[in-house]
Amino acid sequence: MRAQFVFHEVWIGLRRNLTMTIALIVVVAISLSLLGTGLLFVKQVNNTRTYWQGKVQLSVYLCSKTSVSPQCTKNGPVTTTEQATIAQELKSNPAVDKVYFQSQEQNFAQFRQEFSQNQSFVNSVNSGDIPSSFEVKLKNTEADATTVGEAINGVPGVYQIVDDSSVLTKFYKLLDGARNAVVIIAIILIVAAILLVANTIRLSAFNRRRETSIMRLVGASNFYVQLPFLVEGIIAGLFGWLVAAGLLIGVKSLFLDTLQQYFPFNVQLSGTDLFEVIALAMIIGVLLCGATSFLTLRRYLRV
Amino acid sequence: MCDGPVIHFENVTKTYQNQSRPALENVTLDVEKGEFVFLVGPSGSGKSTFLRLVLKEERPTDGRIHVAGKDLARLTNWKIPHLRRRIGCVFQDFRLLPSKNVYQNIAFALEVIGKPRRFIRKVVPEVIDLVGLEGKRDRMPDELSGGEQQRVAMARAFVNRPMILLADEPTGNIDPATSIGIMKVLDRINRTGTTVVMATHDAAIVDSMRKRVIELEYGKVVRDQTRGVYGQAY
Repeated sequence: MRAQFVFHEVWIGLRRNLTMTIALIVVVAISLSLLGTGLLFVKQVNNTRTYWQGKVQLSVYLCSKTSVSPQCTKNGPVTTTEQATIAQELKSNPAVDKVYFQSQEQNFAQFRQEFSQNQSFVNSVNSGDIPSSFEVKLKNTEADATTVGEAINGVPGVYQIVDDSSVLTKFYKLLDGARNAVVIIAIILIVAAILLVANTIRLSAFNRRRETSIMRLVGASNFYVQLPFLVEGIIAGLFGWLVAAGLLIGVKSLFLDTLQQYFPFNVQLSGTDLFEVIALAMIIGVLLCGATSFLTLRRYLRV
Repeated sequence: MCDGPVIHFENVTKTYQNQSRPALENVTLDVEKGEFVFLVGPSGSGKSTFLRLVLKEERPTDGRIHVAGKDLARLTNWKIPHLRRRIGCVFQDFRLLPSKNVYQNIAFALEVIGKPRRFIRKVVPEVIDLVGLEGKRDRMPDELSGGEQQRVAMARAFVNRPMILLADEPTGNIDPATSIGIMKVLDRINRTGTTVVMATHDAAIVDSMRKRVIELEYGKVVRDQTRGVYGQAY
């Protein structure tokens, strides 16, 4: 009885200001999907960070037959003694955590795997072209990368030092910038959504002022008077969320997963990540609409 | 608790915001259970304020009000709906829902206080008969005459068997011949033990009913007569 009555009232309310309801659903959908996209970005960036944190932060490439730097051309490929000196140098540095040696064959295999999506590039490179290297894991990545790099630079047999973090920093900046832009737009839209919810509920309350005044007159409890409006707001929120969920699935599968092809490493977001973001969007959407309707009603439906 | 008067006003003064003259000034009166009371006086004399105070739609500036044994000053906002369930209301402008038919309008009053559907199916036809609208339960308000619409409003006010029925100029929009029918229904409701308080301008009705008359002027009780008439006391 009660439920049926409440839903009947809700249906009347939603139908009477259909245009406002549609506007509300659209704004909620867009703001939630933008917020969700921002969250997916955050997760993507975190995934990438975690991937790299377990990896080497500094690669010290050693001279090979084909190396072209002046030092390598002068001295020729790295000798066993030079290699041992470099290893000793690295291990004795206090900022260094661990040092691994990777032979030319190992590096070539890794190269082939990482660029497996680009076969023509892989085919153009021979196993001797990739130099051997010391993969250095630092205790404190960001700060020590430069000092360790400078310390080892110029030691005979060292071809090139590649600081992974300097490459990544630029990449992170790009991702962070995109994420911040998305989140800021999402917040602005959420504010718009809140105002729209308030307005829709106010209109709805105005449309049904006869009903509510009679309800109050015959002694309907506040809860009973307000419930249809509250449910109305929440239902609009849920519809908006449904649309947003669809958009988010689209963003992930069409945009983020496609972007993946351009990365040589696998940091694809899992279904669980997507599910978490969608669930969070639902909670935010329902809370936002419910709370706004409730607060609006407190102002407009005084006893 | 319920043995006392159903409405008890003690030195009640009500001054609206931004107004220097009080709408009601130092009013003290009792309405006993089962009474039929006319509230008369010119416009602005405080009749409507009196009714609004009984419903706790307004709070008195000063003084104490008890309704149905409850001290309204100590009634929390949560409890106001329960007070109003014991008070039925009828107005000059009927206040029916235009999108609902006779039956639905009356049932609405019970639906919104959460009464079970079986109960509603049983009592709504009974009260439709009581106000004399047999066979018109499916009519929409705009298909009814003014008098019939007021009967629907009375049925809605009475369907929950309130202790008190407040009527604010119920015959104000109705011609004299039809008004007699309305008064008969109010009398019938009064005979079931419901206290009726009716604010009115209609001298003919007051004179013909010979019930208690309370006259207000500038917010003060200037006359309180059992079996009174509309005009000046003789």
